[in-house]
Amino acid sequence: MTVTKTEALPVRSGDDVVRVRQRVRALAVEIGLGLVDQTKIVTAASELARNTLDYGGGGDVRMETVLAGTRKGLRLTFEDQGPGIADIEQAMTDHYTSGGGLGLGLGGAKRLSNEFHIESTPGSGTRVTIARWK
Amino acid sequence: MDRIPILKLGGALIVTIQVDMHDRLALALEEDLTAMIARTGARGVLIEISALEIVDSFIGRMLVSIAAVSRVLDAETVVAGMRPAVAITLVELGLELTGIKTALNVERGMALIQARLSDEDDGHGSDRDRHED
Repeated sequence: MTVTKTEALPVRSGDDVVRVRQRVRALAVEIGLGLVDQTKIVTAASELARNTLDYGGGGDVRMETVLAGTRKGLRLTFEDQGPGIADIEQAMTDHYTSGGGLGLGLGGAKRLSNEFHIESTPGSGTRVTIARWK
Repeated sequence: MDRIPILKLGGALIVTIQVDMHDRLALALEEDLTAMIARTGARGVLIEISALEIVDSFIGRMLVSIAAVSRVLDAETVVAGMRPAVAITLVELGLELTGIKTALNVERGMALIQARLSDEDDGHGSDRDRHED
């Protein structure tokens, strides 16, 4: 798999979440995702960006367009240096929340993506990677 | 600070969301709507979202919260005009718009609210002052 383009944006405010959504939409259009797939990856990005902000205390997102053979994809990596997640399985459960949210962010983002990967170390941060393929 | 305009039409309040929602705007809308329901005695709130490219759990929570507060103030909330791609995504996300009525477009949304208003005019209404069309 080759990375054809890499961009990064900060996720430190509500306005940043809006900017991430707009940039993810533009990249999704660029690789030729259909309208429903665009909407899914932008919604997943919005959930994860908000998690980064609300639970991770802010962080960054790396956005990559990738190519596997002739297949184009969009890969997003959200990273924070926040408190981390002690029990990932529990955090993935729908309607579980450690904050004031609806608890749909992680599970929802996973359902809206073709690939989902999460790593977290309590005390040092969380990294979530998703991908959507054309 | 930005504000989303709220229009009053008969016994209904109408809001059309044309911008990307962020935290402060969502809170301001909830406050403004609540104040306006109390001030006008509106019985219905129509929120038109055809311009929204996504509805994530943040916006979903805002809509559910507006509907819950409106209901306590005796007004019913109808969300109209959701894009099909947004509806598909919302279901996959797992978001339920509890307590919210939905309508395909503004016309059908207004019909839902009007039906409630005229039901009450037929003798089931409260003794609140209302503006007639």
